[in-house]
Order: sequence, then structure tokens, then C-alpha cells
Amino acid sequence: MNLSANLLTVITFLPTVGALLLLFVPGRSEASTNLVRWIALVVTLLTLVLSLYLWAQFDPKNAGFQFVEDFDWIGTSIGYRMGVDGISVLFIPLTTLLMPAVVISAWGSVTTRVKEYMIVFLVLETFMIGAFATLDLAIFYVFFEGTLIPMFLIIGIWGGSRRIQATYKFFFYSFTGTVLMLLAIMFMFWQAGTLDIQELLKFKFAPEVQTWLWLGFFASFAVKMPMWPFHRWLPEAHVEAPTGGSVILAAILLKLGGYGFIRFSIAMFPDASQMFAPFVFTLSIAAIIFTSLIALVQTDIKKLIAYSSVAHMGFVTMGIFAGNVMGIQGALFQMISHGIVSGALFLCVGVVYDRMHTREIEAYGGLVSRMPAYAVIFMVFTMANVGLPGTSGFVGEFLTMLAVFQVNTWVAFFAAFGVILSACYALWLYRRVVFGALTKENLKAILDIDRREAIVLVPLLVLTILFGFYPAPILDATAASVQLVADNFANAVGAVAPVAAAAH
Amino acid sequence: MIQAIVFFPLIGALIAGLLGRLIGHRTSEYITTGLLIAAAVLSWIVFAGFWFAPEAAEGAHGAEHAEILKVNVLEWIHSGGLELDWILRVDTLTAIMLVVVTTVSSLVHVYSIGYMAEDPHRSRFFAYLSLFTFAMLMLVTADNFLQMFFGWEGVGLASYLLIGFWYKKPSANAAAMKAFVVNRVGDFGFALGIFAAWVVLGHLDFDGAFHAVPEHAEETMRFLSWDVHAMTVVCLLLFMGAMGKSAQFLLHTWLPDAMEGPTPVSALIHAATMVTAGVFMVARLSPMFEVSPFAMTTVLIIGAITAFFAATVGLVQNDIKRVIAYSTCSQLGYMFVALGAGVYSAGVFHLFTHAFFKALLFLGAGSVIHAMHHEQDMRNMGGLAKKIPITYWMMIIGTLALTGVGIPGTSLGFAGFFSKDAIIEVAYSVGGSAGQFAFWLLVIAALFTSFYSWRLIHLTFHGKPRNAASHDAHGHDDHAHAAHAADDHADHGHGHGSAYDNAHESPRVMLVPLYILAAGAVLAGVVFHELFFGHAEHIIHFFQGSVVVTEAAIDAAHDVPTWVKWSATVAMVLGFVAAWYMYIRDPAMPKRVAETNPGLYKFLLNKWYFDELYDRIFVRPALYIGRALWKGFDDWLVDQTIVEGLGHRVKDVTARVVKLQSGYLYHYAFAMLIGIAALLTWAIAAGGLMG
Repeated sequence: MNLSANLLTVITFLPTVGALLLLFVPGRSEASTNLVRWIALVVTLLTLVLSLYLWAQFDPKNAGFQFVEDFDWIGTSIGYRMGVDGISVLFIPLTTLLMPAVVISAWGSVTTRVKEYMIVFLVLETFMIGAFATLDLAIFYVFFEGTLIPMFLIIGIWGGSRRIQATYKFFFYSFTGTVLMLLAIMFMFWQAGTLDIQELLKFKFAPEVQTWLWLGFFASFAVKMPMWPFHRWLPEAHVEAPTGGSVILAAILLKLGGYGFIRFSIAMFPDASQMFAPFVFTLSIAAIIFTSLIALVQTDIKKLIAYSSVAHMGFVTMGIFAGNVMGIQGALFQMISHGIVSGALFLCVGVVYDRMHTREIEAYGGLVSRMPAYAVIFMVFTMANVGLPGTSGFVGEFLTMLAVFQVNTWVAFFAAFGVILSACYALWLYRRVVFGALTKENLKAILDIDRREAIVLVPLLVLTILFGFYPAPILDATAASVQLVADNFANAVGAVAPVAAAAH
Repeated sequence: MIQAIVFFPLIGALIAGLLGRLIGHRTSEYITTGLLIAAAVLSWIVFAGFWFAPEAAEGAHGAEHAEILKVNVLEWIHSGGLELDWILRVDTLTAIMLVVVTTVSSLVHVYSIGYMAEDPHRSRFFAYLSLFTFAMLMLVTADNFLQMFFGWEGVGLASYLLIGFWYKKPSANAAAMKAFVVNRVGDFGFALGIFAAWVVLGHLDFDGAFHAVPEHAEETMRFLSWDVHAMTVVCLLLFMGAMGKSAQFLLHTWLPDAMEGPTPVSALIHAATMVTAGVFMVARLSPMFEVSPFAMTTVLIIGAITAFFAATVGLVQNDIKRVIAYSTCSQLGYMFVALGAGVYSAGVFHLFTHAFFKALLFLGAGSVIHAMHHEQDMRNMGGLAKKIPITYWMMIIGTLALTGVGIPGTSLGFAGFFSKDAIIEVAYSVGGSAGQFAFWLLVIAALFTSFYSWRLIHLTFHGKPRNAASHDAHGHDDHAHAAHAADDHADHGHGHGSAYDNAHESPRVMLVPLYILAAGAVLAGVVFHELFFGHAEHIIHFFQGSVVVTEAAIDAAHDVPTWVKWSATVAMVLGFVAAWYMYIRDPAMPKRVAETNPGLYKFLLNKWYFDELYDRIFVRPALYIGRALWKGFDDWLVDQTIVEGLGHRVKDVTARVVKLQSGYLYHYAFAMLIGIAALLTWAIAAGGLMG
């Protein structure tokens, strides 16, 4: 069996194999728990290595799908199809990069039902990679929807005190959205006769059909992103989720929405996307400004970062619907960067939560005295969150704003307020948690990050700075495919306008 | 060579920052300082190349654009037609800035070895200082807008870290954050300006953009909902960034608070280098500003207002560093007036001289504070001239340079005399109502400058000592104290082992930088006058096209009436006499003046109430809206009313219809997934049959 030919399948299902393996680890003794952890770590690291190999083998000059596997399943309409292009390829290493981080961070902090915890996360990894790698809409739907269940369990079993309510909301929102997407998918099938994404990308849906299909997909992706005002579930879910859950939720699951917007909304429904762009811009601006203001007044560290995620996703949706190369590339960059940075920020919160068991900002202050290394790491990620040039956070924000300025100056004008507000909430958080005198009694014995935490955070820190100064690895990989998407979008939109004008 | 200049400080910062604990404080200090001195020496060598540029380089038509040294470092952002790389660019303007930045920075490094000797976090301090220097060098060597923005934000970060260096002080943390956020307000404009420049000019590298300016000079663009002159929009947006960084009127509020940082930081960042980045930016972008008269006038007026406004506030401040901070703010206004008048070389000249004497004043003030054991309130000083004579004389030199002492019409004068008087002449030569407005504000500001500078000297060094003990014993309220700042409390002051008694001269490591800066404060004007503000052809030859030099404007500035040339000197003398009269001759007078004009006094003391105003109109509404959106919209409307309400309705219905609730949510989850699969299968099958 040729590895390259089946690489995507191997990467996708290797974590599931690992999960199956874990089922056979007997007992709940300390030794077997450790064995579980090691197996999970090895499996996720192996997946990471394979996905890096995928990235290395990926031909950035080729705008089409690569590593394609295509098997019919139900007739020719539904098949087991895999393949990646510049839009999707980077999400796979992003996912596999954060999984070992989750496994390691759980080493000390998750002590109950460790085996189940690891199994659920490994299954989730399969679903996430599958959603990015599949080229069949039906399979995409299954993976996309499938991610709900492990995440639902993660929050519901290992979550905080209000976890049931959080899971309810998480499920309610996501499910309502995806039901509408399902209807849209069925309709697409009746129209195009296939759910092969490669075929669908070539299929031209009539403009009025596009409108309805667009709305169906929008319902699902807008909740997933989440876009304002469909974001309310996110802070709740983050607050209740264990650290690993928050990391995956913020870093990967949200990106499914952005990926979907590019892959489906822009590429398959260009006319509707053009028509709805002002609507999306409005919601993006609302996300950037409103949720930043909300982040400003939060008292819970995780909630603050969750709200800031919503604001950052506002840049993503704004960039995508600018519809030009810079916008889409900026959005992709912003998603990768946010995956690294927000994941790291939630890990940083996890570090202090494990020690103090509270997320209240009020409970901290002056940590720098006892935790200088933590202070430095947290500072770098805070600055990346603020979008300081030289960190990865800057490139995406800059490209999306530059792109949208060309389309609509009002949107760029309002989006630029995000530049000010992100500095306000992020620095204020940092100031209250890290700076100041260390006066609180229970903080006086707090310990700086240990080696295991450093192993998780330092690579993310290096990537954050590396991609800030040298974003080429990401930009190069995405360039050709984004160019294709943007060209098709421009052609479709440009082609329609004269026709509409000519039609009496 | 240029790579060495830029990256030596970075290497130093990394070594001191990452390995500081390993190698010890002393080693960190020596490494960072040594690397900085090396960078400074190299910078002077680079600068000398421009200073003594052979006449031949001028050539027949080569005068305009001599070759610009560019070093390509790394690819940066390439996306959809946008190609930005990390490039180090050196032309005359950059060379001037290199010299200013590395010289002051290396002196501040040396000085800090003494000043920070007792601080437990010295490695961190030196790492920050070097990091700042690196960012500043990236800013001045930028070859495109975005790299400039990188340096811009980088110095902002370093400034944030250094203002908040003493992280245990809540006031320092607040000031650090305020500095960053207010600068970000400026960056809001800067960023939009970059976008607009890209849309209008199609280039983000400087050369490409400048070449494109002529063909787009008359264009209009649609900005927001209006069609406006494109280059005016671009320039005004960019200038907003400059206003933030250079603490111009409306965005100045962060600079005085930034004095919470250690004093060497104030000298380096908040006087000599970072705050002049805005001036540098406008000078760098002079080909763009030239085509927008409206933007130029705006720069002129904002500069003039700042010069005047900051000087008025400086009159009544009691903290020695704050007086100098407002002075900096005011002098930056002068520089912008020169830029707005289109005589960029004069603005850069003042930037150059100001770096020396303002750094001297700050480091001198640091020496005073060091001597007084971290006392900064001038009301608790006095009579220090005898205790710390060297510092005293250094401060005198700085003051003479700042106030612009010199004899008009001759080449005799301190640094500020040449550059400041040049700007006042330039302002007059602009003419029109804007020019007149700027000219008179600058002359009045020159009077105030002289007054507050000598007031500082008198309160700190002359008269009899007033120290903290007597101050506390009286328990007057603040305003009363400020009012009779010169009031004589000396009778009660002695015998407690007061700060005054223990005052001591600073160690040599702190004094040597003062000597060097003092030499600069004396000589920088007379030596470089011809290059920056002499005959037009000399200026053109020196700058080699790195800033726009308009011969007509220079000539007009040289041809102003004699009374204009004397106006600044007269104002300076008047200010000196007034300060002498109020603080030496009749020390009770300031109190009387304050009491007869309480409203005006409070207005000035509270800095025109800008902080209170901004708090009312920005900070509090933002927090209020944030809470309203959170509690009102998110929690109440979306969550409780819509979502949970919907949930309850659904539950009511289902409860009546079926009793299948097992109570486990994941049962539902699996049921749903099975349902989806069934639905999908059906859909496919049905679709397949139909198709």
C-alpha cells in the first residue's frame, strides 16, 4: 500500500485506531492510566508527523485538489472521497499540532476517567481532520456534525458546575444551524445530482436557488464561527469546558465555519455571497466592536478570551466576503494564527486554573513576581491577540482589513476600531492578572510553569513569532488555491451583472 | 554594516532577556551596552558618509536622488499583488535618525548602569531598552509602510513594558496601558492611512508610492460616504498615527503619565527618540504631504496648538519630570509646525538638536531624583546647586539650549537657538492666517518655555531647601501648595536628616553621558546649522532627496524681517526675567497670581481637563455599552428570552406528547445522529429514484 496515495485516510483514521487501542487497556490503576496517556500522546504525535509530511509533500503551485482518494459508495452520488487543496491543507497540521498539546496538558489536570477522555478526544480528532479532508458533501456533513458529539461529551462529563446548561446550549445552537444546512445539502443533491465537492464546484446554481442554499449553509457556519448574534453559546461552552475542550473548540472547531464559508458559500454560491456580503459585513463589524466591548467588562478570564475569539472571527468573515485574494488569504491566515494563539491562551488560563481553581480575574494579580516565565509567555500571546506586528496575529488582521478597504471603506473604518479595543481588553486583563503587587495570601506560594507546561507552550510561542516575521509558509501554501477561488468568484459575480443588465 | 547597527541591539536584548539570570546582571549590562556603543560608532560612520558626501555626487542632475542603500533581509507578506519584504533602507534622513537613536540609546544604557544599580530586575530593564532600540531602528530603516508600522508598534510595546517596568506600582501599570491604548488610537488612523495609500497609489514600498504620487495628485476617492481628495485623506489618516506617537494635541494625554517609568526611559523614549517617530514619519512621507495643502495646514495648526497648549500646562506643574514631559510635547509641536510649513529639514533639525538637550535635561533630572532618593516634587527641592554642582551646571546647559539662547544674526548660540528660531522664522514665512496663527503661538510658547525652564531651575537648585518633612508637617492641600510652590518652608525643614541633607552627586557612570550630551546641546546647532537650514543648495545636497526641500520656502524663511528673527530671543529673555522675578525676587508672587486667578490656575494644573473629558466621553461609555450589550443583549434578550424561552416551549409541548425523556442529553444526541443518517439515506434514495 502506497502511503502517499492513502495519506489522508491514514491521517484521518489513525486517531480512531488509537482510540480503539485504548479500549483494550484494562483497569484504572495508575500504571494503566499512564499507559493510556502515553498511547494517546504517541498516536497524536504520529498523526502530527504524518500531517507535517502531508504539508511538505503538498504542491503549493497546484491550485486543485491533491492526495485525492475517490471511491464510489452509493452510486456515483455519494462516495468516500478525500483530497486537500490550499484552502484546507493547513487546517490538518493545525489540528494535529494542538492534539498533542491537549493530551500533554491533560496529564496532570485530568484525573478522572482518563481513558474515556483520551478516547473521546481521539475520535474528535478524526472527525475534525475528516471534515477538512473530505471531498464529499455528505461525508463532510457527517464529520461536521459528528464533532458535536465528542465535544458535547467533553463539556458534559469533564466540564464545570454549569456544564449541563452549557452543553444544552452548545447543542441547541449547533443543531438548529446544521438542520438547515442539511436541507440545503439535500436540495443541492436534487439540483446537481451528486454530492461530490469537485463536481459541485463546477456546477452553476441558479442565482435564486443560491440565495436559499446560501442561507441554509450560513445558518450552520454562522453558529459555528460564531458570528454575532449567534455567539452566545460560545462563552458558556468555553467557561464550562475543561482546558483541552476549550483549546480544541477555539482553535479548530470554530475554523470549520470559516472553512465552510470559503469552500461552499463563496465557491459554490458566488452570486448569493455577493448579495449577502453587506449583511455579513454588518455582522462582522458588530462582532468586532460589540463583542470587544463585552470582553472589556468580563470578570472571568475564559469568558473574556471567548468573547475576544468572537471578535477575531469577525475579521475572518469580513475577509472572506471581501471576496478578493487578500481577503480570503488573510482570513485563512487569521484562522491558523487564531488557532495557535487562542489555543495557547486557553492553555495559559489552564495553567493558573490548575493551581488556583478559579477563573475570576479578581482572584489574581501580581503573578509576575512568582511566575516570571509564565508572565513572558502570556505576554507574547496577549500581544499576538492584540495583533502586534511581528506576531502572527497581525498578518491576518492586516490583510483582511486591507482587502475590505478596497471593497467598502466604511467596513474597514469600523473594523479598525477592533485595533483599539483589542488592546484595551487584552492589556487590561494582563494588567489585572499578571502585574501589580502580589498581595493575595493564597497566591504567595504559586509556582511558575513546570517543564510539561513549557513543552506545550513554547512551540506555540515560537510559531506565533515565526509566522509573524515569516508568514510565507502559510501564505505560499494557500496562494494558488485562493487565487483560483477569488478568480472564480470575480468571474461569476462579474459575469452575472451584465447578464442581469441585458435581461430586459 | 547596517545589519550590525540594527541587529546588535536585538542580539543584546535577547541575551539579556533570555539568559539574564544565567549570566548575571552585570554581564547583561555590559553586553547590551557594549553592543549599543558599537552600533552607535557604526552609525556615526554611516552618517559621516552623508555629512561629507563629495560634491561630485551632486552631479549635473544627480542632485535629486543619490543612491539609497538597501539591504534585503527576508521576505514578509506576499499576497495578491502585495509584495512586502523586510528591507533596511539608509538615506540621509535615516542616517540622521540612526545617529540620534543609537547615540542617545547608548548613553542611556551607560547612565542606567548607575541609575538602576539597586534594582533587582536590571537584566530585564536592559533587555527592554535594547529591544526598544531595535524596534526604533527598524522604524527608521523601514523601506515600506508596513515595516514602519512594525517598528511603530514595536516601540509602542517597548514603551509599554518600560513605563510599567515597576509593575508593583498601580500608577505605572495604568500609565503603561494608557500609553499603549492612546497610541493605538493613533494607529487606527495609521492603519487606515496605509490601506488608503495602497488603494490610491498601488504601492506600499516608499519608492513605488512616491513615484506614483504625481499621477494621483489630483485624484479623488470615495472614503466612507464622501468623495474627497485622495491624497488629503491618505495624509490626514497617516498623520493621525503621527499625532498619537508624537503626543500631539488631543492624543497627548499619555505622555505626561508615561513619566511613571524609570527616568532613563523617559530620556530615551519619551524625549529623544520614540516620540519623534511621528516627525520622522511626516518627513519621510514628505513627497505625499506636499501634494495636499490641506493636510499640510492641518499639520501646521495641530503643531502650533500643541506647542502652545503643552507650554501653558508646563507652567504650573510641580513634578520635575512632568515639566520636562510637557516641554517635550511642546517642542514636538514646533517640529510639526516646520513640517506643516513644508520646510522638513528644519523640523528634522529641531528633532536632532532636541534629542541632545532634552535627553540631557531628563538625565539631569534623573540625577536630581537619584540625589534626592526618588523625590520628584520640586516643591520639596530647592538649593540643590551647592549639593550637586555638576548636575546643576549640566541642567543649566540643557536649559540654555532648550530656551534657545544665542545672538540672532551670528553663529553664536546653543543648539536650540538655531533650530527653534529657524522654525519660528519658517512659521512667519508661511504667511496667511494659518501662518500668522502658528507664528504667534510659537513665540508665546517660546516665552513660556523660557519661563517654565527657569522656574524648574530656580525651584530645584536655587533658593533655600524645602524638603518632604516640612511639606508634610504643614498639611496644606495640593493646590495651595502648588500656588506658593516657591513659598519658603525652609525654616522648618532642617534637622530631620532630610533628603536635602543626604543629597549626593551621582557616580561618574551617570555623569559621563551628561557631559557628552551637554557637548551635543552646545554644538549640535552651530555645527549642523548649514546642513539643515543653511543655503538651499547645501540642504538639497545633504538630504539627497530623502525629504522634499523647497528652495523657495527656505529662502522665504531666511528673508523674514529682522524683528521676526529677534522675536524668539525677546520672548526667551522675557520668560527668563519673569521666572527670575517670580521665583527669586518675589517668591510669594506665584501664590498671589494663582489665588487671584483660581479658575485659570486649576485649568492649567489639571491639564485643560483632558483626562476627565476623555474618561467621560470614551472610557465610561465604552464600559457602559459593554455591560449593556453583555447583560442586556447577550444574557437577557438572546439567552434568557429567545433561546431558553424557545427551549421551554419545546419542552412543554414534548412533555405533553411523549414521555420518552431519559434525562440523559447524550441519548438525544445519538438519537439525533441516527435520525440524520436515516434522513440522509432517505434523501439520497429518493433523489436517486427521482433522478
